[in-house]
Amino acid sequence: MRRLSLTNLVALVLGLAFLYAPIAILVVYSFNASRLVTVWGGWSTRWYAALIEDRAMIDAALASLGIAIVSAALATVLGTMAAMALTRFRFRGRLPFAAMIYAPLVMPEVITGLSLLLLFVAIDLDRGFFTIIIAHTTLTMCFVAIVVQSRLANFDRSLEEAAMDLGCPPGRTFFAITLPLIMPAVIAGFLLAFSLSLDDLVIASFTTGPGATTLPIRIYSEVRLGVKPEINAVCTIFIAVVAGAVVTASLIEKSRNRERRPLLTA
Amino acid sequence: MAKRSVHTDRGSTAAPGARLFIAAPYLWLLGFFLVPFLIVLKISLSETAIAQPPYVPVLDFAAGFRGIRDFVAGLSFANYVTIAGDDLYVFSYLKSLKVAVVSTVLLLLCGVPLAYAVARAPRRAQPLLVTLVVLPFWTSFLIRVYAWINILQRDGLLNQALIWLGLVDQPATWLATDTAVYIGLVYSYLPFMVLPLYASFEKLDESLLEAAADLGCPRWKTFFVITLPLALRGLGAGALLCFVPIVGEFVVPDLLGGSDATMIGQTLWTEFFANKDWPVASAVAVVLVVLLVAPIAVYQHLQTREIEGRQ
Repeated sequence: MRRLSLTNLVALVLGLAFLYAPIAILVVYSFNASRLVTVWGGWSTRWYAALIEDRAMIDAALASLGIAIVSAALATVLGTMAAMALTRFRFRGRLPFAAMIYAPLVMPEVITGLSLLLLFVAIDLDRGFFTIIIAHTTLTMCFVAIVVQSRLANFDRSLEEAAMDLGCPPGRTFFAITLPLIMPAVIAGFLLAFSLSLDDLVIASFTTGPGATTLPIRIYSEVRLGVKPEINAVCTIFIAVVAGAVVTASLIEKSRNRERRPLLTA
Repeated sequence: MAKRSVHTDRGSTAAPGARLFIAAPYLWLLGFFLVPFLIVLKISLSETAIAQPPYVPVLDFAAGFRGIRDFVAGLSFANYVTIAGDDLYVFSYLKSLKVAVVSTVLLLLCGVPLAYAVARAPRRAQPLLVTLVVLPFWTSFLIRVYAWINILQRDGLLNQALIWLGLVDQPATWLATDTAVYIGLVYSYLPFMVLPLYASFEKLDESLLEAAADLGCPRWKTFFVITLPLALRGLGAGALLCFVPIVGEFVVPDLLGGSDATMIGQTLWTEFFANKDWPVASAVAVVLVVLLVAPIAVYQHLQTREIEGRQ
């Protein structure tokens, strides 16, 4: 077994401390009894109790959840298809297709948001939940495609070939052989799409319409006015939900296949 | 696991299924990624108007050929002239590029040691360490930036700690400074930097390092002469994956930065939401895309090579 040198150990400890300290501080301060966010006034859950009263925040959270589930489901289907297209088929226009998959990953969100909004205006589509779902699907399907594709590129093609040699039609081969084998990556892709959608402020701000306020839009409008203990509480719940989902997913992936591949190493 | 599908291919070959797999995502991206860009390009050549939609000319297909001719005649480069002639926009672009370059360098300085340490850790611990590095990325970007407001504000924890340590006697100003923006950017983008770097370091053939050690090369020198050059592709991918979105970043400079010199993402946002000037906002976006085309193309090239190499 390899041993970690001192330099590497220091790098690891410092790096992880840097990544986790702000989140830990946020979580701890959400249990602060004092209204002054910088003074510690003892442990309390009063800000969580206050949240239950905050109808607007709850509505925004439910809206965000709905949008995230629908857009992640769409993105998973489209992204998995795109990954298959990229790794399994040769077709004309493959390079522009690959370019359209990679561009949204790095494209600044203000541009994606603005361009989609202008499209919705041009085709006279009423803006609201529906348009946010389309926007999020477009962005997140590319992330799904990358995650699934790295799995497809790494697995043993001979299983698919064997099925086809035995007369299994290609469509059936996909559902009976390929899909079960890439399922961990598909699930990881879905969760990634889900959390990206839940998280997005910029694109949702551009593509939303009257009455459709998502959780990030709501949090952003509060945060601009300064730090509030209620927001610390909302954020803590948010972190707990996402962390729970990710840990569950990695446990599923671990038990499903013994291959040691962490989530999202695309 | 999943129930076997009842899907049966009525066709005898792969063609119909394969075509659907290609066509569905292709058409979606054409419709919702490429076409919107063309619309941005078109509107950037329009003029602001007090109307719905707030720009002229509007393409009127119903008027036939005359409609198209009027439309083309109505296009102008006025918005680009405005952008080029106004210091506000020019400084915004320069500021964005400067912030992106500096924070990418900072990210490399933080990301390389961390990614290398993860890749050198015992094999069994690596999946856990990678998950730990990635986990913050799964929690909200907005929340992570907000967490720093808690720490950096005037009576926040950083100032409390500094005063307690006796390093300063007056609370220093952190929020609304470039330092806060750099901290926020490095914090938010660190996982994007570490992942591609880790992937490169992990693939490294260890016998090369052993050979260098046997020949008496000190470890730090081995790192710079062998490890880093071999990880160049991961370095490039990580740097671009951070650089390009940071140029157009909105949330971090908006919440942590000052209001004196705004980055281009904020300028675009203000132009659109506050000034309601859609044509100028579109022109700002087009210029930004033009600036980023080269780095995006290089990134795509690296990624495509990576996939072709694996197949």
